[in-house]
Amino acid sequence: MHNFDFVKPASIADAVKAMGHDGAQALSGGQTLIPTMKQRLAAPTVLVSLTGISEMKGVCMGEGGLHIGAATPHAVVAAEAGAVYPALAALAAGIGDPAVRSKGTIGGSLANNDPAACYPSAVLASGATVVTNRRKIAADDYFQGMFTTALDEGEIITEVVFPIPQKAAYVKFNQPASRFALTGVFVAKYPGGVRVAVTGASASGVFRWAEAEAALSANFAAGAIAGLTVDASGMIGDLHGTQAYRANLVKVLTGRAVTAAG
Amino acid sequence: MTKVSMTVNGRAVSAETEGRTLLSAYLREGLRLTGTHVGCDTSQCGACVVHVDGKPVKSCTVFAQDVAGADVRTIEGMANADGSLGVIQQAFQDHHGLQCGFCTPGMVMSAAALLAENPKPTEHEVRHYLEGNICRCTGYHNIVKAVMAASGQDVSALAAE
Repeated sequence: MHNFDFVKPASIADAVKAMGHDGAQALSGGQTLIPTMKQRLAAPTVLVSLTGISEMKGVCMGEGGLHIGAATPHAVVAAEAGAVYPALAALAAGIGDPAVRSKGTIGGSLANNDPAACYPSAVLASGATVVTNRRKIAADDYFQGMFTTALDEGEIITEVVFPIPQKAAYVKFNQPASRFALTGVFVAKYPGGVRVAVTGASASGVFRWAEAEAALSANFAAGAIAGLTVDASGMIGDLHGTQAYRANLVKVLTGRAVTAAG
Repeated sequence: MTKVSMTVNGRAVSAETEGRTLLSAYLREGLRLTGTHVGCDTSQCGACVVHVDGKPVKSCTVFAQDVAGADVRTIEGMANADGSLGVIQQAFQDHHGLQCGFCTPGMVMSAAALLAENPKPTEHEVRHYLEGNICRCTGYHNIVKAVMAASGQDVSALAAE
């Protein structure tokens, strides 16, 4: 790995300032970025650690729902979000393995927007708000394709706000080696309707399955999507599963998530 | 170079680092604590697991400068004060929970993290918790058995298949 200057600011203001350096890159839990740097696929000249900023950590109820600091590790979300948003806590508890969950953070996952990551599906299905040092971004505007987001250069996610659904569940079909989602579906039922977000399946990254949302808003039962099909043409096809296989998984897992949500 | 200080196994330590110095390298090369093993160096195998402020982490995927000032525990800190094996280490010996032994430091540290949060895990919970620790000798049955035994549970009914 190429060398770099390491800085660890204690406030968002200092982090924003440090991100102004040429070649600066934010580091959260590092569970994706550090392996990427080892492969020299990323070579920042200044690495700005966000894990020493206390105002970016923690889980609490507040205006608009559940507020999760961007630098909060998955293990903390798994332990502390369960009382108000059990499906979200369960998702966090299923990411990677225990040592990865000690370090990896929600903000890091969202900033990276891996097409097979778990958190983007929860954020999109919940209609959550991604809060940065500059603005609030609605989930529907935030995700812009594989590894692509609405974040500008130097912009830092500070927290994520989740409206609490009436019912929700996340069902993931594990890629057993990486424990990323081969396909994962997050279903959330709100008074205004049902939202269904799919990760791991599409070459365009996390997406909402509109036909299933309409069917489930009318009748929240697994059988409601029985007549629907998913177009396989935009799906990821690789040695772990063909496009058709993933398209089928989207439907199967959506049904399972609806059943699990109860 | 930047001097990084932390507490390792109860002892105040410091060593010179670059920005890119990983915690695993800090421990092994800076402090000569070579019990922490680097297997894959890609955060998959878990041989390098140590505890940082009580939580298990893969030390090959943490920068030393990011954990300056932390309280770190490694496999060298798992023995009793008199040098005899700690409970988990002894259980690994008693139940043949290692073959080549390369993965063992990480297995023991992950097992210690599990038992700290769940003192009486079921067999399923042990297997699930250890999914980030890979044993290439595939000696999982006896590893699970050792962790169950270390938790004080009767393991006579667990098959050593």
